[in-house]
Amino acid sequence: MPHLLRRLAGALVLVWLVVTLTFILVRAAPGDAAQLLVPPGASASDEAKLRAEFGLDAPVAVQYARWVGGALMGNFGESFSQRRPVRAVIADALPVSLGLGVVSLALTYLLGVAIGLVQAARRGALDSAITIATTAVYAAPSFWLGLAAIALATHGAATLGLPAALRLPAFGLRSAASDATGVDALVDLIRHAILPVAVLAAIGAAGVARYTRASAVALWSLDWVRTARAKGASRTRVQWRHVLANALPPLVILFALALPGVVAGSVFVESVFAWPGMGRALVQAIAARDTPVVLGCTVAYAALVIVANLAVDLVLPQLDPRRR
Amino acid sequence: MTRIAAWAIGALALVVALAIVGPAFAPADPVAIGEVVGTRLLAPLATDATGHWHVLGTDRFGRDLFFRMLVAGRVSLLVGVIGSVAAAVLGLAIGALAGWSRGAVDTVAMAAADTMLAVPRLVLLLVCAALWRPGTATVIVVLAATGWMGIARLIRGEVLGLAARPFVSAAEALGARPRRILWRHVVPNAVGPLLVATTLGVGNAMLLESGLSFLGLGVQPPAPSWGNMIAGGRDLIVVAPWVSLAPGIALVLTVLCCTLLGDALDARLRGEQHAGVRELSARGA
Repeated sequence: MPHLLRRLAGALVLVWLVVTLTFILVRAAPGDAAQLLVPPGASASDEAKLRAEFGLDAPVAVQYARWVGGALMGNFGESFSQRRPVRAVIADALPVSLGLGVVSLALTYLLGVAIGLVQAARRGALDSAITIATTAVYAAPSFWLGLAAIALATHGAATLGLPAALRLPAFGLRSAASDATGVDALVDLIRHAILPVAVLAAIGAAGVARYTRASAVALWSLDWVRTARAKGASRTRVQWRHVLANALPPLVILFALALPGVVAGSVFVESVFAWPGMGRALVQAIAARDTPVVLGCTVAYAALVIVANLAVDLVLPQLDPRRR
Repeated sequence: MTRIAAWAIGALALVVALAIVGPAFAPADPVAIGEVVGTRLLAPLATDATGHWHVLGTDRFGRDLFFRMLVAGRVSLLVGVIGSVAAAVLGLAIGALAGWSRGAVDTVAMAAADTMLAVPRLVLLLVCAALWRPGTATVIVVLAATGWMGIARLIRGEVLGLAARPFVSAAEALGARPRRILWRHVVPNAVGPLLVATTLGVGNAMLLESGLSFLGLGVQPPAPSWGNMIAGGRDLIVVAPWVSLAPGIALVLTVLCCTLLGDALDARLRGEQHAGVRELSARGA
């Protein structure tokens, strides 16, 4: 229990440090919000008034205390461009990104672990070919794969004369002006989700397969695997009971560590497929120079990472008795 | 694996050579906009109204995509290499000092690293690129500023382990000053993992650069980079998919070669130095 408390305290300190980092970044950057938002041709006194309105005329220490106090309570101020609390912007966008991230990550793991284990169990030409393929997919930028998928599913499917069911919608969460409800709405959502999920899952699975293969190959060459085989255990049994069981703990670490990465990585996928998630909110806020939303999203992403790390620490001892 | 590494080195050399020499043979400046109407959006292998042949076709301003891709390759490769080497140097310096001096320096350096690692690198990059004026120099600075943490932790671990080795005591006994022991005896022994991390980092930095440029926060047009070329073909993806696909293939090929090379180096060094470098290559775009 003291261990848990210590970890929790560490996580809180880390959140505070991240909030401090965002404050330093904004202070170090040229210009401030008042300069940015003041209409062209406004007088210096107008700018000063705006600055006072944002509390930017207060001493640095006061501004810092306000920012940290607000951020720790989940209050990041008001969005410049949307004129509503940043918290509301994040509350709207986060579920979309989390949904996209969790579904893709689940698929990522099913696919990636299976491919990696098969590769490690049967080394040879197929293994080499798959290694190059996974490395290539892993090397592809998600926005480019997304564009390629759109070209394939729209123009490509039409040119090749594929059935209408394969001409997948490429943009948004649901069809425009659709009043479908119930099952129809669900089918519509799933059809919209196929392309973005496929792109995220393909890249993720390639990475997980690379990792699984590497650790499983190392495990297959260990003495106790040889001993298990010598005692007459079948390859299948060794595969499941010995190799997979020992490859699992690092994979759990990778899973938790990958979730924020997938959510952050969906910046591009959301942007390409026009999904109203955190990534798109962040990119739009950057384009609109909407600093409160940018910082709010940053802290939210960091909180996700910190929670994921905490979860790893709690789950890992359950899977690996040596770590208890 | 060495055969794959040889192929990767060969392909990388070809890409670099083409990027350096290739643009000299361009029939027209691949950055400037010339005659647009008769030459724009030609499909690959087409010949334009002035009789010029375009292997990969042309973009919306009639610029030859093949030569434009080579010029963009210069920018992308340069940003990737400089960004990743700068991050490695910064990480090496911080990690070595933290691991060697321990105490307060170590605590502060590692707290800074942990804080920056808590924000996904992509988000950190986006925020920095958004707060400062976007451009090629900003991208390089930001790549270095957000890429040092993993390497610093790696080097710190190596230095902590190496500091306990007998050859360090031997150097001390011979009267070498601490700074000399650190840079002449300890750090050179930590170079292997650094090399692997930097090689993998080049590919990652190129992916991140392309991502920033795709969002308009990286290399600014008219200067081409593979990322902003892909962005340039974004709304043409249905009518002229080759505009985006060609620079993407170049990018994938180059990053693939960097990764294969890093993997081969890793496998080669794993016997003598401990593994774990792969976790560093948390992917970019």
